[in-house]
Amino acid sequence: MTAEPLLRVDGVRAVYGDTVALHDISLDIAHNEFFALLGPSGCGKTTLLRSIAGFETPAAGRITVDGLDLLPLPAHKRPVNMMFQSYALFPHLSVEKNIAYGLEAEGVGRAEIRTRVGEVMEVVRLGHLAKRRPSQLSGGQRQRVALARAIIKRPKLLLLDEPLSALDRQVRASMQLELKRLQHEVGLTFVVVTHDQEEAMSMADRIAVLNEGRLEQLASPQELYAEPASRFVAAFIGTANLLDGEATVDGVTVPGIGPVPASHALAAGSPATAVVRPEDVTVGTEVSGGLRGTVVDTYFLGGASTISVEVPGLPAPLLASVHGATRLARGAEVGVTFGRATAVPRDPSQPPSYGTTIPTTAIPVTDAATAADTDEAAGAAGTAATGDASPAATGAPEASAPPRAQDVSA
Amino acid sequence: MTTTTPQATPAVRAQRARRGLAAAPFLAPGVFFLIVFMAIPVGLLAFYTFFKRGRFGGLVFEFTLDNWAKLAEPLYVGVILQSVGLAFIVTVLALLLGYPMAYAIAGLSPKWRTVALIAVVLPFWTNFLIRTYAWILLLNNAGFVNQWLQAIGITDEPISMLYTPQAIVVGLLYMYLPLMVLPLYASLQQLDPSLREAATNLGASPWRAFRTVTLPLSLPGALTGCIFVFVPAMSNFVIPELIGGGKTVMVGNLVRDQFYEARDWPFGATLALVLTMLLVVVIVIQAAVSRRITEGPRRG
Repeated sequence: MTAEPLLRVDGVRAVYGDTVALHDISLDIAHNEFFALLGPSGCGKTTLLRSIAGFETPAAGRITVDGLDLLPLPAHKRPVNMMFQSYALFPHLSVEKNIAYGLEAEGVGRAEIRTRVGEVMEVVRLGHLAKRRPSQLSGGQRQRVALARAIIKRPKLLLLDEPLSALDRQVRASMQLELKRLQHEVGLTFVVVTHDQEEAMSMADRIAVLNEGRLEQLASPQELYAEPASRFVAAFIGTANLLDGEATVDGVTVPGIGPVPASHALAAGSPATAVVRPEDVTVGTEVSGGLRGTVVDTYFLGGASTISVEVPGLPAPLLASVHGATRLARGAEVGVTFGRATAVPRDPSQPPSYGTTIPTTAIPVTDAATAADTDEAAGAAGTAATGDASPAATGAPEASAPPRAQDVSA
Repeated sequence: MTTTTPQATPAVRAQRARRGLAAAPFLAPGVFFLIVFMAIPVGLLAFYTFFKRGRFGGLVFEFTLDNWAKLAEPLYVGVILQSVGLAFIVTVLALLLGYPMAYAIAGLSPKWRTVALIAVVLPFWTNFLIRTYAWILLLNNAGFVNQWLQAIGITDEPISMLYTPQAIVVGLLYMYLPLMVLPLYASLQQLDPSLREAATNLGASPWRAFRTVTLPLSLPGALTGCIFVFVPAMSNFVIPELIGGGKTVMVGNLVRDQFYEARDWPFGATLALVLTMLLVVVIVIQAAVSRRITEGPRRG
């Protein structure tokens, strides 16, 4: 980041009783950036957002917007607006009045309020609903009211707390596009908090992945997918086969199956995990020179199929994805080879925290679809067009996202 | 907004009837109770109002409208107005005292919230007469309040506080304040805290956020509290009797006196019916206003 950042979070630490919610988080967000804070529930992303908005007071650190120190300011004096997860629309006020609230609090004149409310309602396409109460609106309409209310003051920074989690899948897809459009149109800086990696991947320019109050990695979606910095990121972003072992010069030696070539910068002999994306796994009866295994199951997803293969020596099946349908059936004896793989450091003292056993019925299907749709395009920036089985779609906003990894570690 | 279909088809009607029958076993006990203890007594009361009084109570079955005409006498109009006035003052004071209390309780940590709520409800577990007599001890000329006032030199002679309308207000307020606090607390406590945050986030000062969000959204609770206080305060007759010394007559006393002292059952019934109707009107208004607040103005 060469230009002066819009938002600078510097060493922010948050503590609740004995628990540290944020461990000295530092990050910069540029003007007009669409930024995502991604992580499972309890990772601290909401705490960070609420600290920026002024609803939580960090124990240490600085937060500045355009050089303005936010922390000494009370919440109502910060140049930051927020869209709440539950939308927090005022139930006793009409759509119009909800949207006008911020301007009225600021003491803007009545005529100007009317024109600006009209404009914003055009932007979010709500003009015909001006007189309704929030209780008379659909979920998507409410979300747009919340958005209109948050952007009407033209804040420098717009915070969005799980903006799409309360919507059903079809509405989500269109709102996702809408948010992108809006961000370009009004030229705002967006900071989105989400536990849904697909949401973050498809919308954000850059993503900060948080886990247990620590910043795991801050990168573009493409980079997060292709070059995860940690085992957590590898597991959390997209679907991955995680093979625990020890780093060698050009890969990872995995107990039970031997060396797996992988790019990395780790010291030889250190504990490591090879990360192999399903689309980098080739499976077939004619495939030779690799591992041998048995097909456990196949999932046909329309554009792609996921094949789960049991390999002797590995505790869990490997996942592979191929375009279109597969002719392989359950029980087929196949050869398995790995294409591109990366390796990430592994904490040997900690048992794998992600995905030792995954219900293979639904979750791999989703992510394989995403991955397969987009593996030719840039990394994994795709929308979940099919088979979204993420917990958000089932209406559990704070449910932790299931680990999207097929862990094959011993 | 909701328009019932003007003509339900026979099939639909039959289906509704079946559904009604299925619910009957569950509704029956409640309906039975209401009929026996509410509809029949009120019906009897209404019936009584059109007959002449018996000499030693009871009725003489001769139709008359005298009982209703008697209501217009200044004496009774005055009593009804005074009752409404006193109950109104008690309600307003209860609201002014109860709102900050409920607001403070809703802001406590769960543990202290429970303690505070128990403290609010505790007086209800003590016998009501004992509590009323306690007020007599406090307020009479040789009572604690007067002793204390004289001790710190505010007054040289005892101020007569007992047996005044003010004493009735104090007694009623004391009696019914919890009924104001509890519904208010309930409505404040269930308010989504993110609403206040949203107001703040949009630039509203804490006071403005309270005035434009918290206060209007707690109005239904406040109205419920007002009804809970106004209705029993208006019809109470023990406190006016004991603390008011029987000098300030409220409708409740009047009704009681008609039955027990004057042996004029028909007129007592008329007064009781008027009181009931008055309170029903108040409750209907309250329900309508609450609905308007929560659902917004009716739309065509």
